[in-house]
Amino acid sequence: MSLLRIRNLSVEFSTSTGMFRAVDSVDQDVANGEILAIVGESGSGKSVSMLALMGLLPWTAKVTADELSFDGHDLLNMSGRERRRIIGKDLAMIFQEPMSSLNPCFTVGWQIKEALRKHLGMDRAARHKRAIELFEQVGIPAPEKRLSSFPHQLSGGMNQRVMIAMAIACKPKLLIADEPTTALDVTIQAQILDLLTSLREDSGMGLVLITHDMGVVAETAHRVSVQYAGQKIEERPVRDLFRAPHHPYSDALLRALPERATEKRLPTIPGVVPGQFDRPAGCLFSPRCQFANDHCRTVSPAPFGADLGYARCHYPLNTDRRIAS
Amino acid sequence: MTDAPVMTATHLARHYAVGGGLFSKPQTLRAVQDVDFELYAGKTLAVVGESGCGKSTLARMVTMIEEPTSGTLTLDGNAVTPDQWASLRQSVQIVFQDPYGSLNPRQRIGQILMEPLVINRPDLSKSEKEDRARQMLNMVGLRPEHFDRYPHMFSGGQRQRIAIARALMLDPKVLVLDEPVSALDLSIQSSVLNLLTDLQERLGLAYLFISHDLSVVRHVADDVIVMYLGRAVEKGSKEDVFQNPSHPYTQALLSATPVADPEHHKERIKLTGELPSPLNVPAGCAFAPRCWKATDKCRAERPELMGEAHQAACFYA
Repeated sequence: MSLLRIRNLSVEFSTSTGMFRAVDSVDQDVANGEILAIVGESGSGKSVSMLALMGLLPWTAKVTADELSFDGHDLLNMSGRERRRIIGKDLAMIFQEPMSSLNPCFTVGWQIKEALRKHLGMDRAARHKRAIELFEQVGIPAPEKRLSSFPHQLSGGMNQRVMIAMAIACKPKLLIADEPTTALDVTIQAQILDLLTSLREDSGMGLVLITHDMGVVAETAHRVSVQYAGQKIEERPVRDLFRAPHHPYSDALLRALPERATEKRLPTIPGVVPGQFDRPAGCLFSPRCQFANDHCRTVSPAPFGADLGYARCHYPLNTDRRIAS
Repeated sequence: MTDAPVMTATHLARHYAVGGGLFSKPQTLRAVQDVDFELYAGKTLAVVGESGCGKSTLARMVTMIEEPTSGTLTLDGNAVTPDQWASLRQSVQIVFQDPYGSLNPRQRIGQILMEPLVINRPDLSKSEKEDRARQMLNMVGLRPEHFDRYPHMFSGGQRQRIAIARALMLDPKVLVLDEPVSALDLSIQSSVLNLLTDLQERLGLAYLFISHDLSVVRHVADDVIVMYLGRAVEKGSKEDVFQNPSHPYTQALLSATPVADPEHHKERIKLTGELPSPLNVPAGCAFAPRCWKATDKCRAERPELMGEAHQAACFYA
């Protein structure tokens, strides 16, 4: 049984100019001990779908799903009290901006011990011991001294490590990391990614890695889900995706990587991600797709099966079934 | 293309005095020390390094925002001194990282582009200024109707194009690019990099490209300087530095950079410890406390850049 199961999740925001659909019927599964990467450009709904799962969206958001279950709990129809017992304990999240996610009024030690007190009911001495242990685990030097620091006294990299220590404090079954290393230098990024993968090996934790860095995806993930304008357009094991992407968007994205370039001019994707008012009929990628025809522009493609990576495309690439358009 | 460098920097250094109150002496923060480089027309020099290594301070000195504490900077063979800054600044322009923060939200794109002309070319008539701004708009791949729009109506990639257009209004010789694509999405990043390549070819610009993204640097650079705690630790052509890195820090940096190929397996060099505070740079080699090759010699004595075309500041390179 999978740890996390999402079926047909949609999130709509009511804005002053009407409803905006940020996540559009996304299915997703995560098994124990698996690393799933969600990639996509900004505005593709990758963070929003995970925030919906955590119940952290504002009241303007309307979340609908056929199923939203985590470890046997139904997250969709759960009371706030019940939800809070799970979130932060079995289901934890690392946020993108450590500086604005930590409370500036309390020491980092206080903030990490709060989770231990609420969820695990440890006594004061045990909390202190565990907090130091966690800080050592995430590579914070002089942990005893750092516990009494305020977030503004620490660097961005250090704060991010505090966030990670907080998220793994209660040994979660599933950790959602939203761009955990974007603000960090590469050498620190390598340390953090090693830490996250070793946690998975030690405790069988599932990991959802939201990122836009294809290098990070290639080196850490097992399975990749590519999102575009709120839809999941392809989901594949990492090697297969990098070797032979099926959806033209995944293909174009991989071609745009500077390290894959063979000449000085890089291949580009014309146009921009559609917003609230220019959402095309038919396939959402059709205005930017080099293979699009009239069929693509009028009929929205349904996802294929697992053998074609759930590609949402009428004419998937790199298959023998490809129909000449 | 001429062989004489457009800009030369020798032993460039910038120190700041920090702290210091009524009874305590201020400490000296050595942000940049002893950096040498040459910029050539039509060539790109990339500066890489982690945060706090002095990349941005270097950019501020090159663009004449800050005066070097010591060392000299020459532009076209003339020494750059603060009394000539006002006139020389026209030849050195900068594009910043954040395209959202670097454009005035109250100005239309046309005004933004004409402002450098209004200040520096009072001899031009209003219609001439407008003509030049419209030409520039076309050159960076924006449409004529964008002239009367405001910055908030544009996406990140388009704003970065506007910032580049503004930097080019005064026909500079040197363009400093401070992390120009790190705030952009992958699909937008490639088109901005293409634009920069085109403009360099057409206008013969010299680029000082500051970035921490090694895959971008590998694509755009001709020469590379790797900096660590204010000093250059390795210098050389792109091929030398990327294919044959000789300083242990460069090796660690390259091995830590994720490669977008799941079938590529490499031994990752794990660095221990933290970047030391620039207020308290270790004696000897600054990298020695984190280096796996370090010996007592490294901790006592500071290695200078050694070598001819491909230089590294390490005793064991």
